[in-house]
Amino acid sequence: MSYDNELYQQVILDHNRKPRNFHEMDHATHQCHGVNPLCGDDITVYVDVDGASQTIRGVSFTGSGCAISKASTSLMTDFLKGKTLEEARVVFSEFHRMILGEFDPAKETNHLGKLKLFVGIREYPSRTKCASLAWHTLIGALDKKTEGVSTE
Amino acid sequence: MPETLMADKAAFDVDKIRQDFPILSQTVRGKPLVYLDNAATTQKPHRVIERVRRFDAEEYGTVRRGAYRLCEHATQLFEEARQKVADLLGAGDKKEIVFTSGTTQAINLVAYSFGRRFVNAGDEIIISNIEHHANTVPWQVLCEERGARLKVIPVNDAGELILEEYEKLLSDKTRLVAVNHVSNALGTVNPIREITEKAHAAGARVLIDGAQSTPHMKIDVREIGCDFYTFSGHKMYAPSGIGGVFGKMELWQEMPPYVTGGDMIMTVTLEKTTYAPPPARFEAGTPAITQVIGLGEAIDYLNDIGMDNIARYEKSLLDYGTRLLSEIDGLRIIGTAHDKAALISFALDAAHPHDVVTLLDQDGIAVRGGHHCAQPTMARFGVPATSRASMAFYNKPEELDALAESIRKVIKLFS
Repeated sequence: MSYDNELYQQVILDHNRKPRNFHEMDHATHQCHGVNPLCGDDITVYVDVDGASQTIRGVSFTGSGCAISKASTSLMTDFLKGKTLEEARVVFSEFHRMILGEFDPAKETNHLGKLKLFVGIREYPSRTKCASLAWHTLIGALDKKTEGVSTE
Repeated sequence: MPETLMADKAAFDVDKIRQDFPILSQTVRGKPLVYLDNAATTQKPHRVIERVRRFDAEEYGTVRRGAYRLCEHATQLFEEARQKVADLLGAGDKKEIVFTSGTTQAINLVAYSFGRRFVNAGDEIIISNIEHHANTVPWQVLCEERGARLKVIPVNDAGELILEEYEKLLSDKTRLVAVNHVSNALGTVNPIREITEKAHAAGARVLIDGAQSTPHMKIDVREIGCDFYTFSGHKMYAPSGIGGVFGKMELWQEMPPYVTGGDMIMTVTLEKTTYAPPPARFEAGTPAITQVIGLGEAIDYLNDIGMDNIARYEKSLLDYGTRLLSEIDGLRIIGTAHDKAALISFALDAAHPHDVVTLLDQDGIAVRGGHHCAQPTMARFGVPATSRASMAFYNKPEELDALAESIRKVIKLFS
């Protein structure tokens, strides 16, 4: 028996089981703590940015949460390696609008790549914050928000 | 299916009961709806839906004011419903029942009004570690405003209040003990009669949050001895937006109003206002008239089935569900009190409660995942959240079979 839904796909389950880049980062140039107070998801995102080229050399994370939040963070860390800060912000915007159902990657030009996997979340409004916590925390890190970010 | 449950099934015709609830015949994603979020809110029987419709269509008018026919009739129905609440709770006098929007507002009313009259700097309020936020935050606010202190009864690993510790917290400084009858997060049934006796012996008053108990068991506030007892209509098959609180008349009479305005006054001049006697003093403004009529009908419906029959049948459901879920590897039941209402909170090693809820929904099963507005309870048990299946007398053992099967699917998906 299986579930007939496009949310819990194998890639997402795999990243939940074996999150990538799941560790602290001593040499991080940016970092931020993010929480979703309603469900207890709690992550810290570390970013290593090359100042001269404004390029992300690496991203890692620690913390705990549901499968969607963990897989979303894990996929994000893989995805952002080698991207410029500007590209990262464009993808954040596309990703955020996609999960809210305001941007359809099947119909519009996009830079989402593998992250399109999360398109199914638009059917579950109560779960969008699970997928977006990683990205809000990333932006918090890049914006040097020392007080951390919250989805509420 | 266990024999005891089959015996109960014969005495309690759940299939017939289910026909009273139109929503239960619907499907979700092509599967029969299995509604197991009754601790959050309950579904409405046809009788209540129809009574509310008929009242609005044929009998609606404001209450307590006009002298014309519609008004007088509506007022009579409204006060009859108050009597039904008084009888359901075992109150001596219907004037001891104050209508509010629900338990949250009821507790806020008591915290504000009792607090202003009876709580001063240096006094103490006692709650427990397993309260809903609605029975936590109003007391925190009151204590801050009045310079009082909040003390907390701890619980053991089963989720039962530790009464020896409770006794140590009581003193001549204690003004009020506010605990729930049934924990919404764990299902624990608290020994409220004993809690009340000990509080009274220390000279303190007692508020019982009955939001989770009134739908499931016979209540007798005079036998319990408590000073306040709150309830929510939408958790007992009535419309949302209506609930209330029983309070002893000697206390109501001493307490100042919480909300002021029309209907709660005796006389108003531009210089001074004198207040109406209870319960009107605490019911400013036009009340939720239609909802009160619906509440009265829901109480009639519950009485026709019989609260004792409901309690007996739900106990058999709880026992059956507990056995089923206990057999699942990687599932831990949170809250294993000896005396429990028909509610099972659980955590899976493999999956977070929010994933569990989303996946169970794929099978048409509605359960709650989260902290259940009881974050201090979650903290006590070291989990951010739980999944919770909460039952009503319209649930069937077969639905618990479906729940267990769906949970096994979740575990398999995540392994």
